[in-house]
Amino acid sequence: MHYIVNRLIFFVLSLWAAVTINFALPRLMPGNPALAMFAKFQGQMQPQALKALELQFGFNNQPWYIQYFTYLRELVTGHWGLSFTYYPTPVTTVIHNSLPWTLGLVGVATVLSVFLGTALGIFISWRRGGFWDNILPPVTMFFQAVPYFWMALVLLFVFGFKLSWFPMAHGYGEGMPAGWNRPFLSSMLYHAVLPGITIFLGSFSGWMIGMRNNMIYTLGEDYVVFAEAKGVSPQRLMIMYAARNAILPQVTSFAIAIGNVVSGSILTEVVFSYPGIGNQLNTAVLNEDYPLIQAAFLIIAIAVLVANLVVDLLYTRLDPRVRTEGATA
Amino acid sequence: MSTNLATLPAVSNPKAHKGMLRTIFGSMLRDPKSATGLTIFVIFILMAALAPLLAPYNPDAATFAQTQAPSAAHWLGTTAMGQDVFSQFLFGARTTLMVGIGAGLLSTILALLVGLTAGYRRGWLDSILNTISNVFLVMPGLALLIVIESLVKNASPLTNGLIIGLTGWAWGARVFRAQTMSLSNRDFIVAAKLSGASDIRIMITEIAPNMMSIIAANVMYASLGAILAESGLAFLGLENVQQISWGTMLYWASQGSATLTGAWWWFVPPGLGIALVGLSLVLMNFAIDQITNPRLRVEKRRKNRANTKPSRA
Repeated sequence: MHYIVNRLIFFVLSLWAAVTINFALPRLMPGNPALAMFAKFQGQMQPQALKALELQFGFNNQPWYIQYFTYLRELVTGHWGLSFTYYPTPVTTVIHNSLPWTLGLVGVATVLSVFLGTALGIFISWRRGGFWDNILPPVTMFFQAVPYFWMALVLLFVFGFKLSWFPMAHGYGEGMPAGWNRPFLSSMLYHAVLPGITIFLGSFSGWMIGMRNNMIYTLGEDYVVFAEAKGVSPQRLMIMYAARNAILPQVTSFAIAIGNVVSGSILTEVVFSYPGIGNQLNTAVLNEDYPLIQAAFLIIAIAVLVANLVVDLLYTRLDPRVRTEGATA
Repeated sequence: MSTNLATLPAVSNPKAHKGMLRTIFGSMLRDPKSATGLTIFVIFILMAALAPLLAPYNPDAATFAQTQAPSAAHWLGTTAMGQDVFSQFLFGARTTLMVGIGAGLLSTILALLVGLTAGYRRGWLDSILNTISNVFLVMPGLALLIVIESLVKNASPLTNGLIIGLTGWAWGARVFRAQTMSLSNRDFIVAAKLSGASDIRIMITEIAPNMMSIIAANVMYASLGAILAESGLAFLGLENVQQISWGTMLYWASQGSATLTGAWWWFVPPGLGIALVGLSLVLMNFAIDQITNPRLRVEKRRKNRANTKPSRA
């Protein structure tokens, strides 16, 4: 219980940090750039929308703590402001429409890369020094060093432009009515192939090499040697003895990994004009749409934080020491 | 979250830290993977340093025929604006490497300050610093950078490097903290304390030299991260697009629809450059990994046994 409470406190704390960064950044910048944009829109906006902007970016001369509490109140009550790009659509609607695309794309690609990467890591560590162990790490490492957006550009060029196997942009066929029907869903999957492969290739290597190194460490432990000596079958030794323990550090490196994947997916979405949150963030930056920038950042941060929380809670299932509070090491 | 303390190195001879850097370089040259990495890295450094001598043309001059495929006159062709891609590639290497390595060093220094202090002092200071690092660690880095850049207009590569360095220290701080905690109970630290050395002196002269290998590893990973972040930001147009870097080259290639006009020579070289530099850093790190985690170096004990079928059914 202690562990779970700790994780929940940390979750709330990081959430608060993300919100506060959003509040503080425009106010700390010399000359508050949001102000210039504010002046530009003054003539075109409803007084009510202007009022909301004032509260959000602090153009009134109230003391900062008053501004801060007003800001938090507006945030909690769902008043996130109106997007300039899609004026007068509230940014919450824009986010609501683009978030599922990113969650689907990043979610599926991440789950695949975690499972395949971990499985291959187990395999090549078991056959250490074998053919695949010599080939796979350097090859996948190259993919890890490749910037996501460049991989996206290359895939787009080769499979979209040259070979015309896959569409070059967007999340589904042009002019298609959205809905849970077969043509739309298959078009959606078809459009997700290249961005999905980009994200998969970019994140796969980390999981594989991480698992390989953990396995090698675990395979050298005395209890594994003992288990082997008493005649435990190789499969059981590999999965239940070595991999079971080697997987724990993988979980703890999830935090940094998911952050990288999300960063990569922002760029990937831009390249493929994918209708997700990363592309939305980019559009917002191009249009100096500060309410949308803030909302997109906050949602991305929340998504990453929730993913981390879920993984932390899963950790209690994987590591009995945490569950029984016997963790001393 | 428990950092994998178990995988931290055992410092065999604490007083031998003078030779640590030499050990790192020595094992880099001995390991074929790392030696390859080092070679690639040195080639790129030379290319960047000698760019003014090597570049056949002024990288800014838009005076050539537009969108030409590679030829003897233009080894990597020309852009849609009629600039020489090869000259841009050489000068772009300068900006990208300087920003990347500079930001990598900056964030490692910050990470050392935070990690050493937190790990050595412990107590409330540790709790605060550790919480801050963990919060920074879970913040989606690029999204945060984009938000900052959206407020800083036309950031120069220098500004970008500073911003990346200032936001990218969390992972290093965590690793250094764990290592400091494990080192600070060793006999030689206790001895230094008893001899009356100040905390700062112990941190700088006793603890830091004994984690040279993880410091070096962190510089490499932080530089890789910074190169990727900087080029990503530049690709999105969040760096002054008049400055030539590999990222801004990709920005212009994308603006000039290089993928739709078939001008692969425009967008392939900068990305390949980033990937090769990144790969060289990862490869060099192989050797360091084996210093910090000696079991990676141990005999291939499992290979033979995995191949011999067990007699048990």
